[in-house]
Amino acid sequence: MSDIEVGPERRDTVSPEHHGMIVRYTAGDRTNHWTVALAFVLAALSGLALFHPALFGLSALFGGGPWTRVLHPCIGLAMVLAFVPFALRVGSENRMQPRDWAWLRQYRDVVTNREERLPEVGRYNAGQKLVFYAVVVCLMGLLFSGVVIWRAYFSLYFPAPVLRLAFITHAVCALVLICTIIVHIYAAIWVKGSVEAMTRGKVTPGWAWKHHRVWFREIMTRAANSRPRAD
Amino acid sequence: MPLQSLDIVRRSATTTRSPDVREPSGGREVAKLIDTTKCIGCKACQVACMEWNDLRDEIGTNTGRYQNPADLSANTWTLMRFAEIENSKGDLEWLIRKDGCMHCADPGCLKACPSPGAIVQYANGIVDFQEENCIGCGYCIAGCPFDIPRISKKDKKVYKCTLCSDRVAVGLEPACIKACPTGALVFGTKDDMKQHAAERIEDLKSRGFEQAGLYDPAGVGGTHVMYVLHHADQPHNYVDLPADPRISRAVLLWKGFSKPLGLAVMALTALAGFFHYIRVGPDETDASDEAAARELAKRLEKAP
Repeated sequence: MSDIEVGPERRDTVSPEHHGMIVRYTAGDRTNHWTVALAFVLAALSGLALFHPALFGLSALFGGGPWTRVLHPCIGLAMVLAFVPFALRVGSENRMQPRDWAWLRQYRDVVTNREERLPEVGRYNAGQKLVFYAVVVCLMGLLFSGVVIWRAYFSLYFPAPVLRLAFITHAVCALVLICTIIVHIYAAIWVKGSVEAMTRGKVTPGWAWKHHRVWFREIMTRAANSRPRAD
Repeated sequence: MPLQSLDIVRRSATTTRSPDVREPSGGREVAKLIDTTKCIGCKACQVACMEWNDLRDEIGTNTGRYQNPADLSANTWTLMRFAEIENSKGDLEWLIRKDGCMHCADPGCLKACPSPGAIVQYANGIVDFQEENCIGCGYCIAGCPFDIPRISKKDKKVYKCTLCSDRVAVGLEPACIKACPTGALVFGTKDDMKQHAAERIEDLKSRGFEQAGLYDPAGVGGTHVMYVLHHADQPHNYVDLPADPRISRAVLLWKGFSKPLGLAVMALTALAGFFHYIRVGPDETDASDEAAARELAKRLEKAP
């Protein structure tokens, strides 16, 4: 497989420079993902500081209460803006398909590592797709409600009942998003090889075969087709 | 620490008990009584408030009413609001209400505030903003049922009437009370003020104001600023004085049980992950998977 001629960083290809490893995320994908991730961590920590008195101490990480109030909306906006190109990159691959619903119905096999019993999976499994949609919905909710409660620029244009609704929406969306990301992070720790996929960009053929067989088959079929025939 | 208040009964964003070792002599709640039936709209109280608190608002524009400035602001903590109402007999009534913080027994601002100690309530009932702890988020503005707190454009801190807590703490009456020329403003213990109001209401009723009454809304646990109204059945006629103010259900939901519940849900999600790893363990790829992958790749190569 190492003689297949493809670019070193083309998505969904076999990397000739890395002993047949498959390129799952390019440097651009990874940069984009981790920009969103870093912004999320900072937004979550600064937001939690304002959510519960027990966590107000987190505001010290941002230079105190007023700085937390100043920085939080800017970080949040950066997260949303950084997520837009990422969503455009992976959005089309996250459409739910019939096999995804079957996969979800077998959630017991999913959580007990009995993958051999599950329907074959494409580039993303149903769980990953649900994470994607949850993030999209939560970020939109956070953006719209966040604008309303951004005191420095926008809050003066809204009456108190609208502000109250926005505060609740913001808190609920943040809670769902944080829980979703906890699941997302845990899934990466649980399914070995996933962290490397997003930090180094490559996965082993065995990983692709085991967790994303439809995707693996597509890549290998494409590689076989593009290969000059010996005869 | 002689300048520190040690009679705090409630403190924003604080889950432990506030410093309240001191029991003020008598331990009684105070109240300001505003008798709208005696008010002549002279604005002496507004001026006294400006003077005592060293506040000067910007010079605004005429809005066609006696009300000046047009609204409360970070520099205007009390404001005479003027309403011209045509009553059922077709007569004009000029209702004047001194607006400002009501010092609720159950303050929505304090409930909403995320910054520890930025809003406190003293044993005497005064609700006070501690601006050095204020972070400028404006949550209190959403929490207030009376639309009172105003954020300063200058320092991004929120301001409102302090009920002259600095004067009251040393046995003086609030500045506005001292300035009122008609006795429309009186200050004392809440019990005394209620009694005084009852006498006034009796007098008003004997003079034809059948619906005269005291405004001390129960929805916020009562207030430490109360009104005597000639028409207690129509509070909205006094420039939108709410008939039944209470902390919005949205604020109670957001700042009530949702806070600990939210934390618990997040913690449980993380714990669920941890124990899943402990019980089920990681999903690993081993040599047999790599072999199977090679096998499949080979088959696809032969029959593309």
